[in-house]
This record gives sequence, structure tokens and C-alpha cells, in this order.
Amino acid sequence: MEFLRPTTWSDALAAKAADPDTVPIQGGTDVMVEINFDVRRPVALLDLNQVTELGDWELMPDGRLRVGAGVPYARIISELGDKLPGLAQASRTVGSPQIRNRGTVGGNLGAASPAGDSHPPLLAGDAVVETESAARGTRMIPAAEFYLGVKRSALEPDELIRAFWMAPAPGPQYFSKVGTRNAMVIAVCSFAIALHPEEHRVGTGIGSAAPTPRRAVAAEEFLAAELDWTAAVPLDPALPARFGELAAQAASPIDDVRGTADYRRHAVSVMARRTLVWAWNDYRERVAACA
Amino acid sequence: MRVNFTVNGRPEAVDGVWEGESLLYVLRERVGLPGSKNACEQGECGSCTVYLDGLPVCACLVAAGQAEGRTVRTVEGLADGDRLDPIQEAFVECGAVQCGFCTPGLIVQAHDLIERVTEPTDAEIREALAGNLCRCTGYEKILDAVRLAAARKAQAQ
Repeated sequence: MEFLRPTTWSDALAAKAADPDTVPIQGGTDVMVEINFDVRRPVALLDLNQVTELGDWELMPDGRLRVGAGVPYARIISELGDKLPGLAQASRTVGSPQIRNRGTVGGNLGAASPAGDSHPPLLAGDAVVETESAARGTRMIPAAEFYLGVKRSALEPDELIRAFWMAPAPGPQYFSKVGTRNAMVIAVCSFAIALHPEEHRVGTGIGSAAPTPRRAVAAEEFLAAELDWTAAVPLDPALPARFGELAAQAASPIDDVRGTADYRRHAVSVMARRTLVWAWNDYRERVAACA
Repeated sequence: MRVNFTVNGRPEAVDGVWEGESLLYVLRERVGLPGSKNACEQGECGSCTVYLDGLPVCACLVAAGQAEGRTVRTVEGLADGDRLDPIQEAFVECGAVQCGFCTPGLIVQAHDLIERVTEPTDAEIREALAGNLCRCTGYEKILDAVRLAAARKAQAQ
């Protein structure tokens, strides 16, 4: 095995291009587990810790945040909690403090596990994944097009993940996750919601209840048509119930060690209903505060 | 490969490190610091918690090469000679140690908490220690120890 330690992004891209089987490692919270248990023996590890710009985030001229792939969950929570509340809420449920000090959204994207906690809020918040290769330069891949299968993504073998782009939350965002305890839990299933009040639109993300993280498109369209954004009246109870049903229909879960498909479908509907109520109550407070 | 890093204030140059090796393995088997314990090797149990550049991490999930040029502080680096760190003293006094296997990780993690938070609430203590598993004591005495150390630290300030 080789251990490569590029200090610049261009050197990292060159190393990945030279041997696409090279496995990038950032926090190590996924990669090292596989190596420790001998389920993976990469030809080379590409340590990205020295590529310092991966650990930066910035506000771009178009108003979106560009968050480097190496920003750990702990800093998403402490530095971006107010700007990306849905993602920060999901980040708080990742592993333990030790894991959150090392694990990154970039690594979550690279692993592309359907159970990754960051995926639902990225989907709900219209995140775009910035990837790059030495040969073809930068690609901007919407999160909804990034996840292709169980642990498969649109990332090409010679590409690395540079950052994700996401607008500071234009409205309330929530994340909910079902697990056997509060810490150190891989999601049985999860759900994220993001309200986009200016566009009268709702974003969603379902985790761990389909081969890939995915949006609940019909549920989003239903809410966009039904919600009264201007009057911001209390929700008719039928609305969250129907939203939950549509969210559950968007899932295609399996039975596995963490839960049954039936349970996951039910839990997704409950989480969708709850997160909508939380988000809408926040929205109503904001509207009332501005009136 | 060779890995150069600083452990508990001492520079180390370790040769013959396998590229897929963890920082934990290097600490225990090559540097002779067996305080950090090897249990789950997947970040679930926290027994291997060490400071890496001042942040507590699971040493089993840090590739050894990632420690190059960086600063590590293990449980062995908390005491001042024969004088235990206050969090270590509190663990002893409160009977927060039974078999002792989880203790080094818990002590490093609790040390970090009371460095950052002057008077942690029970919720904050539980959250900080959520990634450290103990299978003996049932945590109550561990919580007592953290409360005691935090209170003494607050009083001293």
C-alpha cells in the first residue's frame, strides 16, 4: 500500500488521476473501519488532510455557501449552524463528539451510503456537489443527481469532491432520524425538510429508506400547491397527514438488521409529518414577527 | 514508511509503519504507550480517544500517516509527573473505574469537556461522553467523577 500526502489540491487531483484506485481519506471514519476490518485493502491512500483549502468555507458572490469537503461535522455545527440549520441538525446526530471532530460531509458524499446523515438535508436544501478531475476540470452535480445506487455516486474514478454548495437557509429546516439510541447510531431511516418561502416551495430528503438518499417529489409538489404561504395559517391536520403518506410512498425500503421495510415506511411518514409541523410553526412565527 | 509526530510533548520518528496502520496501533505497539485501548476498531467505543492537535478523536480511525507533523496527547500525557490530572484524581475518588478498559478514553474525553465547558450540565456531560462505552459501572460514578472534577476546576478559577 502507498500513502500519498499531497499538500495542494492540484497535486491531489494529479495523484487521483495517476491511479484512480487510490482511495481518498479525510476524517477516516469510514475508510479506516474498512481497513481495520480488512474488508478493503486499497492500493494507495490519498490523505487530503494537508490540502488546507478543503477545510475552508466561504460565502460566494451568488449568495450560496461553498463548504470545503474537509470541513468536519463539528465545525458545520459550530460555524454554520445558523446558516445551514437542517444540515447542522443532521450533523449533531452523527456518531459521537470524537467522530464529529473528524468526519466530514465530503466523506459522507464520497461513501454515498443511503444511511449517511448529511444526504437528506443536502437534498432538501438543493445542495450542489462540486467535483473535479485533472483531465476535465470542475463539475457541479446537484445532490439529487449525485446518488446513483447503494454506495454508488456520480463521482468518476479520477475525480475528487472539492466542496458542496448550498444557499443559507431561506426558511425553516428540520431533520429527524430514527435509531436505537441518541448517539453512535446509523439511521434506521431519516427525513429532512426545507421550506423555501420566497419560491413557495418545499424541499425534502429521505435517508436510509431506499437504495439511495432521495427526494419525495410528489410530497413536495403537494405541499407547494396546498400551503398558504401568505396568510401562514395553522396547518389543516389533513395536510401533514397526506404529506406523510406521500413521503412514505416515495420510499422503497428493505428489511434488514436495523428495521423492516414496513417500519421504515411508517417512520418516514411520521417524521415527514412532524418535521413539517415544526417547520411550519417556525415559519408562522417568522411571518407574525414581520407583520 | 516513517511517521514523525509529537506525542505528549516528545518528538517521535517511527519507522516501519504500514501504510494502512492506525495511529492507535502506532501509539500502542511502536511508541510503547498502551494507555489508549484497542477495543472496537470502528469508532464505536471511544476507548482509544486521544487528542490530535487539541481535538479528541478516535485514534483507531486516524491513519498513522495522517499524524505526520502533528501533535498527539494521550492519557499518559495528562498527569504532571506523579501528580495526576484533576480528572484522573476524580475518577479514582469516585470509584469511576472498574475493569479500567474504557477509563483512558473516558478520561481524555472528560478532560476535553471540562477544559471547554466550565460548569457542564448533566446533559452536556452525557452528550460529551456519548461515544465512550463502559460495560462495567453503569456510568453513574463516571458522571460523579466528571461533576467533581468540573466543580473543583470551577472553584479553583
